Amino acid sequence: MYKLTTRTRAGTTTAIVAVALVLAGLPLPAVTSRGVIQDLFFILTMLTLAQLWNLLAGYGGLVSVGQQAFVGIGAYAMFAGVILAGWNPVWAILLGGVAGLLLAIPTAFFAFRLQGAYFAIGTWVIAEVTRLLIAQWKTLGGGTGTSLPREATSNILGTDAIRALFGVREAAARDILAYWLALLLVVIVTGGIYWLLKSRLGLALAAVRDNSEAARSVGVDTGRLKWAVFLIAAAATGLTGALIFMQTARISPDAAFAVTDWTAYVIFIVVIGGIGTIEGPIVGVIVFFILRSALADYGSWYLMTLGVIAIIVMLFAPKGLWGLISSRSGLHLFPVRRRLTGPKIEGGI
Amino acid sequence: MIWVDTLVQGILLGGLYALFAAGLSLVFGIMRLVNLAHGDLIVFAAYLILMGVTLLGLPPWIAALIAMPLMFGLGWLLQSAVLNRVLGKDILPPLLVTFGLSVALQNGLLETFSADSRRIPAGSLEGASLDLGIVTVGVMPLLTFASAIIVIVALNALFYHTALGRAFRATSDDAVTAGLMGIEPKRIFAIATGIAMVVVTIAALYLGMRANFDPSIGPARLIYAFEAVIIGGLGSLWGTLAGGVIIGVAQTFGAAVNPEWQILAGHLAFLAVMLLKPRGLFPRAVD
Amino acid sequence: MLLETHGLTANYGQFRALFGVDIAVAEGECIAIIGANGAGKSTLMRSITGVIRNEPGMVLHRGTPIGALSSAEIMKRGIAMVPEGRRLFPSLTVEENLLIGGQARQVPGPWSLESIYGLFPILRERRKNSGTALSGGQQQMVAIGRALMSNPELLLCDEISLGLAPVVIRDIYAVLPRIREGGAAIVVVEQDIGKALAVADRVYCMMEGRVTLVAKPADVTREAIHAAYFGEAA
Repeated sequence: MYKLTTRTRAGTTTAIVAVALVLAGLPLPAVTSRGVIQDLFFILTMLTLAQLWNLLAGYGGLVSVGQQAFVGIGAYAMFAGVILAGWNPVWAILLGGVAGLLLAIPTAFFAFRLQGAYFAIGTWVIAEVTRLLIAQWKTLGGGTGTSLPREATSNILGTDAIRALFGVREAAARDILAYWLALLLVVIVTGGIYWLLKSRLGLALAAVRDNSEAARSVGVDTGRLKWAVFLIAAAATGLTGALIFMQTARISPDAAFAVTDWTAYVIFIVVIGGIGTIEGPIVGVIVFFILRSALADYGSWYLMTLGVIAIIVMLFAPKGLWGLISSRSGLHLFPVRRRLTGPKIEGGI
Repeated sequence: MIWVDTLVQGILLGGLYALFAAGLSLVFGIMRLVNLAHGDLIVFAAYLILMGVTLLGLPPWIAALIAMPLMFGLGWLLQSAVLNRVLGKDILPPLLVTFGLSVALQNGLLETFSADSRRIPAGSLEGASLDLGIVTVGVMPLLTFASAIIVIVALNALFYHTALGRAFRATSDDAVTAGLMGIEPKRIFAIATGIAMVVVTIAALYLGMRANFDPSIGPARLIYAFEAVIIGGLGSLWGTLAGGVIIGVAQTFGAAVNPEWQILAGHLAFLAVMLLKPRGLFPRAVD
Repeated sequence: MLLETHGLTANYGQFRALFGVDIAVAEGECIAIIGANGAGKSTLMRSITGVIRNEPGMVLHRGTPIGALSSAEIMKRGIAMVPEGRRLFPSLTVEENLLIGGQARQVPGPWSLESIYGLFPILRERRKNSGTALSGGQQQMVAIGRALMSNPELLLCDEISLGLAPVVIRDIYAVLPRIREGGAAIVVVEQDIGKALAVADRVYCMMEGRVTLVAKPADVTREAIHAAYFGEAA
């Protein structure tokens, strides 16, 4: 019988490799240095942010330049939970997700009135407004920022067990915990986006991205779809922001709402890797990390190079590196396209 | 009385923002191109003028005059070699390319000129002021505002009373049909970006003479400029001036209440206008 | 030959719209291209005017290959277009719409703002209006005038009667002979067979991206046109 499926052999292989990678990643802190764990934490959180921005821009057609708003508000909500309410930092991370979601509601209400380029600038302005408002919040350090209190950082859920297990100091234990949480987050976010794209929602998203008028005419509620994507991305970005600043344990408005770190880098990762694919951000984050390590000693040349590479990629390979690989090899590690399978018909279809 | 003074200072500040925005408005109106590197290009032009002043010993006005054709050429080249290739129905590619350019330019300037604050020396004009009875205004803000008016009058004259301006408007309406009229849209776009860069040079002159600047301040200028353009409405240069004035007045009033609220008040004014009139106050062109 | 196409093909992505079209227009000649919706007439016009780019040799102007040139370059060689749907510039006044037609190619010839106002007096009254504030027939006059402003050697008129009242169509067609007197060759693309036969020296009929008939109006029978227009089965 004929069946519509998204399953391919490459897709199944990917699933196996992904599970193997995650399982291999879990005990890694036992055999590697703290520096490697910190690098991996950086890679995993950037990958999460990149997947989320890609969901917005690559699938939802929502080119936001203001995602730092959600990183920042998530991080500050986590700090508020710890400092003001005395929560354990791990639970306070969840507060970051809630804060991201809550900020996303007025943001979407405002920004969805704007089209295309206006939308991009509108989100940026909202991020700036949020940064400036947070900088007025004196209890959390105002413009100069603050640190997580000693008693909170020394009592983070699970760090005692980690210290006992690996025989490491408190700060290293926090890094390991953050790394595991980042691993969990990246799996949930990537898996979630993949599942989303394979669902009916994903089909509707593809329709909207290709032709929003036509999609509307066949009954896709484009407005609700954009809301859904925007809120999901904001909540997850808030969680990521909270996690990032739990690891650093120090926050300031300029760091938490940095357009370069949380939006520029993220956009470059997605563009260089390949926008509109799940593989793209993965390729992008690897390239990004290699460049960052290679050019670390050259200061601002590094960022300049990144900018130039992004321009070159947009000009000559608009689908990014993964687009080049995939068009040469026909490979799709995360197949989302529906294909008709079944017995072959004489002469083909 | 203090409120009148605040209002006048705000209006004059709006002139600076209108200058930042006029070039952006021109390009945005003609080709719907969002140049995220606009602020960094202003800063770049400011360094260009500064080099003319410090290396060649020229007065700032002359240095700016020399910088204008250079910036025109740069804009022309940028448009022909890069931006024309990514213009199209999808707004994402030009957005990403200019974003890359913004970051590259910012860090290139940082490498070349360091993070130190610089200023274009304006001689006796610095700090000079005029007593107008009820208020005292600085000569520099007044000159800025007058320049903004002159730039807008000149651009409007170009737009509405020359063959080139006709070609700009026609291309903005319908590039394919403009092609059938013998107009090469890509060439028109290159000229438009070149002209925008001349305006950028004028904006840079005042940016650099009025206050200190360093390589990192571009994006903030871009936001102010964009807010002015969007408040004014797509394609209306007088609207852009009105938008600049609204941001400027909001900022000075915000600062009068609490110095920390200056920038915030400007952004909030923008958000308020966007909520009430999402297409701006005086939209000319349609998307 | 003023204009020739040789084995002209055109594609929209995977879809082929023209399959080797050959037409020829002599100096001062009036050609009609007829065919049903989707026959490829407009695609042919878009290919000749460079809106769709081709291989250079597929379109020749006085023997020179122009198939790969841009619209603007082709227009400057004296091939002006009255596009389907008029496509006036909404930001321009009527007079500016006319002026823009002549600004890229300024050559001596019979057509100027004055002579076009002579041809369509109503446009002089409306010259300060926005182009889009006019009636359909007046918009069509502006579109024709705009193309004439460049004093073209060849005027391409794509579906100029579409959507207009019969009396307006008659007025529009009445000016074609006067345009020919000015020396321009004309290609008229039409769905209305009667109009086309009345005005043209020669008629090309197209169907499904191919030329199915070339004839002089006097020599051709109703049946032959019918077959070429609708296919053999009709």
